[in-house]
Amino acid sequence: MIVERPLTNDQRPTTNEHRRSTQVIGPSSFVFGRHWLKWLLIGIVVAYVAVLIVVPLAALVAGAFAGGLAAIVAALSEPDVLSAFGRTLLIAVIVVLIHAICGTAVAWVLVRQNFRGRRVLNGLIDLPFAVSPVVAGYMLILLFGRSGVLAPLTEALGIKVAFALPGMLLATLFVTLPFMVRELMPVLAAFGIEQEQAAATMGASGWQTFWHVTFPALRWGFIYGLTLTFARALGEFGAVLVIGGSVQGQTETATLYIFRALDDRQYVGAYSAALVLGLISLILVLGADLLRGKEH
Amino acid sequence: MQNNTNILARPPGRLTGGLTVRALALTYLTVILIIPLAVIFYDGLRDGLGGLVRAILQPVAWHALMLSLWTAGVMAVINAVMGTLTAYVLVRYSFPCKRLLNGLIDLPFAIPTLVTGVMLVVLYGPQRALGAWLDQNLGLKIIFAPPGIILALLFITFPFVTRAVQPVLQSLDRDQEEAAATVGAGSWTIFRRVVLPAIALPLTAGTLLSFARAIGEFGAIVVVAGNIPLRTQTAAVYVLGEIESENQRAASSMSIVMLAIAFGLVVLVDFLQTRGEKQ
Repeated sequence: MIVERPLTNDQRPTTNEHRRSTQVIGPSSFVFGRHWLKWLLIGIVVAYVAVLIVVPLAALVAGAFAGGLAAIVAALSEPDVLSAFGRTLLIAVIVVLIHAICGTAVAWVLVRQNFRGRRVLNGLIDLPFAVSPVVAGYMLILLFGRSGVLAPLTEALGIKVAFALPGMLLATLFVTLPFMVRELMPVLAAFGIEQEQAAATMGASGWQTFWHVTFPALRWGFIYGLTLTFARALGEFGAVLVIGGSVQGQTETATLYIFRALDDRQYVGAYSAALVLGLISLILVLGADLLRGKEH
Repeated sequence: MQNNTNILARPPGRLTGGLTVRALALTYLTVILIIPLAVIFYDGLRDGLGGLVRAILQPVAWHALMLSLWTAGVMAVINAVMGTLTAYVLVRYSFPCKRLLNGLIDLPFAIPTLVTGVMLVVLYGPQRALGAWLDQNLGLKIIFAPPGIILALLFITFPFVTRAVQPVLQSLDRDQEEAAATVGAGSWTIFRRVVLPAIALPLTAGTLLSFARAIGEFGAIVVVAGNIPLRTQTAAVYVLGEIESENQRAASSMSIVMLAIAFGLVVLVDFLQTRGEKQ
């Protein structure tokens, strides 16, 4: 037969994978070995990905570096820009902390407990993926805006939600809700309940059981879910624009700065901030993927 | 968005962590998810369904909704074809740099959509070399025009179809295809008769999800399309405009229509995936 080649085919080698690599010269070469067709299809896909993804990405890099590295550094070290990035970071960190606790609780309750309306709730969890961010922000305006339903309550309490950090946090929490929950639910379901029950039988408290038995099994899913949440929170734009109002120096986040700089024709600032934000998100998601690869 | 019916079908065991955690989780979901969703329906349906329909039928609103729907539709068709082709090429062929190509597909998931919009503006903007050249020589406007919207949507939703179809293609038994080839069927016939029926469900689900995602897209579109009513204003950008001019009726009506479309599609996709698992 043929020499086993290194498997570059795929991320996850499976038994199928071995079969495929031996079949390259096997009977299927007869089916798929029409060389001109193979290279035509590959060519179409490569050209498509290049035009759609690679060329715009390269254009952004070129656009940011058009004035040289010094211009980028100067644009990004403006106090406005630094404070915008700082605000984005602050929001993302708080959102990650809240989802670490509440998101885990939601996933655990949806998998482990049975109650009325569980199925409906489970369906609703996915909704933020499909809801427009503008609509997500608008919901909060209706609640906390000047004539909002809950405005009397927040005014009485002396908390400013709309056009302030709390509102932007709520918006980002809504938008990032599915990541943590959806990452943990399958892991929790696969882990099963037997070990938790065993620990409980031996007299462990609910918290001890969770911390010593359940959490170690969840750890990688937990980290992966939080990384995705963090990356998504960094890039949120529509929802924080609507609820935050994009007040320069007060509620302006990194994305909102990019939007304003583009409008003001400060292209170097806009392009380089976009590049930095894109790179951070990219590194986070790639890092999470690597972690996931390690775990499997 | 993965399907969780089998997770939910597993009978939950006895309560081990008690009601405190449930109370925390349910309170959290109520505050973050349910109250905001409820308030928009409460506000938008205050004047009944008639008021909502009247608000949507205003020319500017109607044009924005139609623009969102048709650009998302064009994107969905292109995405279905190119996504399937990409998945097919990645699963069936080996070629140099395949890993890189496979990695590039997830890129749109990682990059903020506003950054996507900026990329397209840098590349095709009217003052940029390529944008100006396309406009002068081919009369093709991309930025501040529908082609820009479609390009932005294609970028953002690229992984949806490919990643839905890829695992199914991978698990597909190739004996049938080989059998079809032995009796003399051509590549296209094999694809149409053997491969396509097998991937029909995930393909439909992925395409519908990309469509649902596209209807609500804002960040990439607002910089690429601009905000010209009756020309390049999409539904999400329209909602933003109405919020800013404090026209609550119009904003709420359009929001409810967008929510209804999103919700309907999510339910439909869930149904399709449940059926797919049963098969």
